[in-house]
Amino acid sequence: MNRFAELLDRLAYEPGRNNKLRLITGYFREVADPDRGYALAALTGALSFKHAKPALIRDLIASRTDPVLFGLSYDYVGDLSETVALMWPRRGLGNGESLPSHPSPQPSPTRGEGAQLRAPLSVSTTTNSDSQSDRRTSLTVPSPLVGEGQGGEYRGRDANESAHPANHNNPPPPTLTEVVTTLRTLGKTELPKQLERWLDELDETGRWALFKLVTGALRIGISARLAKTAAAALGDKDPHEVELIWPGLAPPYLDLFAWLEGRGDKPVNRDPAPFRPVMLAHAIEDTDFAALDPAEYIAEWKWDGIRVQAVAGRDEHGHIAARLYSRTGEDITGSFPDLVPSLRLPGAIDGELLILREGRVQSFNVLQQRLNRKVVSPKLIKEFPIHLRAYDLLGDDENDLRELPFAERRERLETFIGKLDDPRIDLSPTVPFASWDALTAARADPASAGAGEDADAVEGVMLKRRDAPYLPGRPKGQWWKWKRDPHIIDAVLMYAQRGHGKRSSYYSDYTFGVWTAGAGSDELVPVGKAYFGFTDEELLQIDRFVRRNTTEKFGPVRHVVHEPDKGLVLEVAFEGLQRSPRHKSGVAMRFPRISRLRWDKPPREADRLETLEKMLKAEAAEA
Amino acid sequence: MTRRCGVATYITGMRPQDILLPVAAGLCCKPGGFHIDPVRPVERAVITHGHSDHARAGHGAVLATQETLDMMRLRYGENFAGSMQAIRYGEEIRLGDVRVKFHPAGHVLGSAQVAVTCKDTCIVASGDYKDAPDPTCTPFELVFCDVFITEATFGLPVFRHGDAADEIKKLLASVTLFPERAHLVGAYSLGKAQRVIALLRQAGYDAPIYLHGAMEKITHYYQSRGIELGELRPVKGVKKAALAGTITLAPPSATSDLWTRRFPDPVTAFASGWMRVRARARQRGIELPLVISDHADWDGLTATIAATGAGEIWVTHGQEDALVHWCQSKGLRARPLDLVGYGDEEETETPLADEADA
Repeated sequence: MNRFAELLDRLAYEPGRNNKLRLITGYFREVADPDRGYALAALTGALSFKHAKPALIRDLIASRTDPVLFGLSYDYVGDLSETVALMWPRRGLGNGESLPSHPSPQPSPTRGEGAQLRAPLSVSTTTNSDSQSDRRTSLTVPSPLVGEGQGGEYRGRDANESAHPANHNNPPPPTLTEVVTTLRTLGKTELPKQLERWLDELDETGRWALFKLVTGALRIGISARLAKTAAAALGDKDPHEVELIWPGLAPPYLDLFAWLEGRGDKPVNRDPAPFRPVMLAHAIEDTDFAALDPAEYIAEWKWDGIRVQAVAGRDEHGHIAARLYSRTGEDITGSFPDLVPSLRLPGAIDGELLILREGRVQSFNVLQQRLNRKVVSPKLIKEFPIHLRAYDLLGDDENDLRELPFAERRERLETFIGKLDDPRIDLSPTVPFASWDALTAARADPASAGAGEDADAVEGVMLKRRDAPYLPGRPKGQWWKWKRDPHIIDAVLMYAQRGHGKRSSYYSDYTFGVWTAGAGSDELVPVGKAYFGFTDEELLQIDRFVRRNTTEKFGPVRHVVHEPDKGLVLEVAFEGLQRSPRHKSGVAMRFPRISRLRWDKPPREADRLETLEKMLKAEAAEA
Repeated sequence: MTRRCGVATYITGMRPQDILLPVAAGLCCKPGGFHIDPVRPVERAVITHGHSDHARAGHGAVLATQETLDMMRLRYGENFAGSMQAIRYGEEIRLGDVRVKFHPAGHVLGSAQVAVTCKDTCIVASGDYKDAPDPTCTPFELVFCDVFITEATFGLPVFRHGDAADEIKKLLASVTLFPERAHLVGAYSLGKAQRVIALLRQAGYDAPIYLHGAMEKITHYYQSRGIELGELRPVKGVKKAALAGTITLAPPSATSDLWTRRFPDPVTAFASGWMRVRARARQRGIELPLVISDHADWDGLTATIAATGAGEIWVTHGQEDALVHWCQSKGLRARPLDLVGYGDEEETETPLADEADA
């Protein structure tokens, strides 16, 4: 458990993805089965047991510490679990805070005899002193303080002592396996006693990690996908391979690790509706077209929804099992129960999840109301009817179609959707074009190129090679995405904050604002924050600007000069706008990034909030 | 404060506050005619250790250990005070009506607790101290006394510093795992940096260790006092690629600034007792917090207080409330001293500008 705790601890501070991977893979390499398997389960969210509530943790600490000291500590640390993990007292110290009993010292020789006399005296008399007069002095027991072990010599603490002064007779800390398997079977009433035992046995970091496990939220910035990628790296395997077999695996994943270490066969996924690693597109640049032949490509709309994979298959009893996966392989079926009945033909559809009202595709803002919901109410289902628009077919009944060229898969898809004949699932139309100029025109005006009234939900066009097989990842030259031009505004840099990891010496997170009428004169109101879109060279330039034009510092945040004639104008590109009561400006941007630095423009010429509000009205009209 | 019937009163007729009294300039000893660690220039100053919040320039006369005097000279120049007098650990001298004796505080090289005895009442002003082992300074010595003045930098039970050697293992494991990255360890330049280096050597790390310019003078001073720190090199002028897989010590404030750009993909570590609290580490953007402190932790503070045999505890700089509460719950008379001007050295240190930007 302590080794796992160490891993979580380090991961919680590590900002870099590759470094996180190295840390996790290193752990898998170093730690034996079944502990590492349970660690993988914890990181991928595959563990399930009854979770402890904060009230339980409060009760535990209240039974072991002085409430005043706990209160002061909690105020200082700010996080309940962390406070308790840090101050959890060692066993056998009665009323709370730990007190390793130092033997009293030999009186300093120069102090003379008076010292020996005075020590016991000074304590006994303090119980009568003013500061104690309002207390029950008879109850004050300064026993550990003096009068015992007079012969001992105070040595300070040696290294061993300071590490585990009271651990000599303690049982060893639990392994992760013990913790996980015990939690699975433990009755609710037994939980407090068990937690207490573990807290006694673990060190500070171990206790912190234990709380993370039992409260059910690791929150250390590790996705399931990342943990699986780290596991794959153990055996130099492609993460997609792990993803493919994942649904058939269960903790502690002995078969998976055996395969990764070359000691066993590849586990077989017996899942009737497995996830298939998704194929992704490269963003196309203007210069790419010259080398591409329009005849070799099929174009289709890129819908502004959520890319999903909808899979149905027959289980061993012949029943249909249906699942909806996000593009990272996360099972999101539970959030969209209304789509499940429509997935009744065995097969795997690659498509876009959208909200359709009276046949019209709604904006992404509308779809957002259905995302990340724990409870999907009938009302929600009714008001936000879910829809799947199909792009591709990866499997048709038992047949894996991924090796086939796209043009062929597309034909199969059309047949499949026709056979399915379901109002919730339709085909994403192709966009006919003969030349790049024709496609450019279609992209500029989707409404008159076939998208009709749904044109506002079109995010751009996709180009797919007719002969491209369905390959996992982002293979070169097969699929291209050609997004519509983003919205652009000119905003003024207001605040800058240091980045993380590699960027920790740079001011790389920027809050920008636009003008609005204030009391008396115009003022800037923040409308968003962006931390990418610029080149390395531009980052250096902005960083330099920030350092030279700071008006105030608040911890890691710098106020940067932003006056009508002094300041930096940033051209900000973004995908959409939403009303947001949390922002002072009342609007929130989707996917904002810095597209250009406008050194040439004085701040007073930057955009106004009214411009954004107009855009918002246009978007709201769709919703 | 009208009536006191502590032991000091009825045995000696002398109240502790007649001997030492907190005033604006610091802790004033009237019968001895001096201040301890004064924050403003005074006529006669007794200095516990060389950290800048305790040892300031501009006093008339300074009494301190040789090491502390040397460090003040390094920091402030030859004329940092009108006159200086060195005192050894265990040496006692008379100042006015009191006797003053220095005892090792285990905080940094040359750090001392100052025992002030007037008639039969002994007050120990411990300055900053730690009871954990430290290869770079004389171990803390417990002094029996009537009144113990303790710091409270880490005066909350959440602060428990484990074995520093384990933290060094963490650092070395990271260096092994990321051989292509530089490891940048933020450490206060007086004491902490040298302790980290010495601990690295104890752990068997024998590669050259690199130093930020602001670290060099004081570290070389430690070496001149016979503390073995192995091969040290200035980081200035070293090529970026050559710093892969190395360890560099720097003042904490330098580890998050422009200066770090000379390192290949640096892992930012920070050696401090504050690293026990996650928010503190995250706030500073630390990737590898190392809980290594030159102050006593909660267990150290409480154990030391108990062991001094003092019946009265004065608590200063830090988390006074919790420690005062603890003392009182153990039947000790205790009060916060409310001295101002003493900070946490790590929070206040800024490297010299030219070194930071170099």
